[in-house]
Amino acid sequence: MQTTLALLSGIVFACGVFLILRRNMVKFVFGLALISQGINMGIFTAGGLVRHRAPLIPSDQDLLAAGSADPLPQAMILTAIVIGFGILAFTIVLILRTYEVFGQVDIDEVRAVDR
Amino acid sequence: MNLLAWPLIISLFSAALCMALWQQPLWQRRLGLVGSGANALVAIVLLQTVLRDGVQVLHIANWHAPFGITLVADLLSAIMVAMTAVMGLSVHFYSWFCMDRDIETYGFHSLFHFLLLGVYSSFLTGDIFNLYVSFEIMLIASFVLLALGNRRAQIEGALKYMALNLFGSFLFLGGAGILYGLLGTLNMADVAVKLATVDNPSLTNALALVFLVAFGLKAAVFPFFSWLPASYHTPPSAVSAIFAALLTKVGVYCLMRFFSLIFVGDQSFTHEIIAVIGLSGMVFGVLGAVSKNEIRRILSFHSISQIGYMIFGFAMMTPLAIAGALFYVLHHSIVKSNLFLIGGAIHRIFGSYHLSRLGGLYRSHPFLAAVFLITALSLAGLPPLSGFFAKIFLVQAAFLDDRPLAVFIMLAVGLFTLISMSKIFDKAFWKPLSSEHKPSPIEPSPSAQLGMMLPITFLAILTLLLGLGVPFAYDVFYQAAEQILNPSEYIDRVLGGAP
Repeated sequence: MQTTLALLSGIVFACGVFLILRRNMVKFVFGLALISQGINMGIFTAGGLVRHRAPLIPSDQDLLAAGSADPLPQAMILTAIVIGFGILAFTIVLILRTYEVFGQVDIDEVRAVDR
Repeated sequence: MNLLAWPLIISLFSAALCMALWQQPLWQRRLGLVGSGANALVAIVLLQTVLRDGVQVLHIANWHAPFGITLVADLLSAIMVAMTAVMGLSVHFYSWFCMDRDIETYGFHSLFHFLLLGVYSSFLTGDIFNLYVSFEIMLIASFVLLALGNRRAQIEGALKYMALNLFGSFLFLGGAGILYGLLGTLNMADVAVKLATVDNPSLTNALALVFLVAFGLKAAVFPFFSWLPASYHTPPSAVSAIFAALLTKVGVYCLMRFFSLIFVGDQSFTHEIIAVIGLSGMVFGVLGAVSKNEIRRILSFHSISQIGYMIFGFAMMTPLAIAGALFYVLHHSIVKSNLFLIGGAIHRIFGSYHLSRLGGLYRSHPFLAAVFLITALSLAGLPPLSGFFAKIFLVQAAFLDDRPLAVFIMLAVGLFTLISMSKIFDKAFWKPLSSEHKPSPIEPSPSAQLGMMLPITFLAILTLLLGLGVPFAYDVFYQAAEQILNPSEYIDRVLGGAP
């Protein structure tokens, strides 16, 4: 399972890299989204994929019992997803704005006149 | 009292309050400036505290390291925070007098404080994931600041800046994930301890390179610098100035932190790579600068070459070299953002940044010419200004480290820096203004001129003082360098509970 997910994460990342190398900025956005998901999947896999008990501390104890799963990767991924979502939203707006101003989504054609 | 959280709290509240005062630029300004001023005070007291009592640690919500989020200030962080606060205050003051009303109304002050929040928190955090979050705060604020104003060039610049910086962030996040998978912790001190016990040099080196590329993208080091000259010349000059003062320095700081605390196992591999990209950056940056004819583009290319000096100095890993590199960081932050501010003042007077359309400033604005000359000569490294000492420490360190080629490159690059700075001085200040390019009629009001000149003069005096006060400054930097080279105090204070 670990190997499969690791490979999958790599493939998703590679597809993302392929897409962000395109000149079309809409594809670039899709590439960013894919890379972000690939990385999240990578963190999930690196955090260890084992069947453990849920990491809940019973009310009469102070510490997590041994053999519980590690909740931290999920917490990190959640944060990363939220941040990635915000960034994606901004990127899309910026590209929409570029399209309005330049009438183009080809990064090579976006050349400002006043340079 | 523990001051570590205060820079973050002050910036966060200033940003939030400025946002609440939407559409009221005057109040945003007042509040924003008060916030910047308060931060400058806090940062200076923090620096004094760290100098007196050593490394300061704050475990947030009393969750002790390595479980909670830890804020740490050793001398390196404290110096960086003080630099951020002083530059933030100067640039903020300047922006009062030359920012477009529109940009102010749409949240310039709020974004400015968000940007500083990200920068402070990158400098102070002791946790790698928290560092990622700080990066993102900084990045999002800088995207919007860059695009705010909506000119065509700004949108183009923002696109390129965004593309490369986002990729850098993702790489960093991926690296953090792998590091967590390997060690089960992301507290920097804890990572340093645990990584030293991992016996897998190829994996550690690969991870080190992931972080090197991620931070290299932020710091605009040699092969990854293309976003910087593509974007720094587009926004209003106050924004360019704060970017030039702080953003790349965050990358340099992270390189210093990671490659002195965490990835120190195989220095003949990692640090040699850093040295080589540092030297190449010096050469390519300065060549780019010599070829340009627009003030802000010249300055942007110079940043690349100067970053090369900093990371090359760091890569030598001797106390003298690191002290020199730190001196360089501080010097460059002051001088480069001051040059951007002066460029902005020239733009206010002439309505252009192009050397071909400028001229005669020496006659019409002699004081501006004098201040520019001080700052530009400091960048080029003439005594007794700060740039001279920054370079001389690095050259001396390279001599002692037996790197004659590096010494030659550093001196040659210094010469080219002088050439391109004298090009600006010659064409914008000395050359008589050609009759077809009349200055734009919007001569700023006397009070606005005074307001712009105050921070510019202050920063010029600062570079002079940093040069004249070398014995004191060098002492502080040398202490910081020793702390960097011997991180046991950092690790003990973070992991060892209350100091």
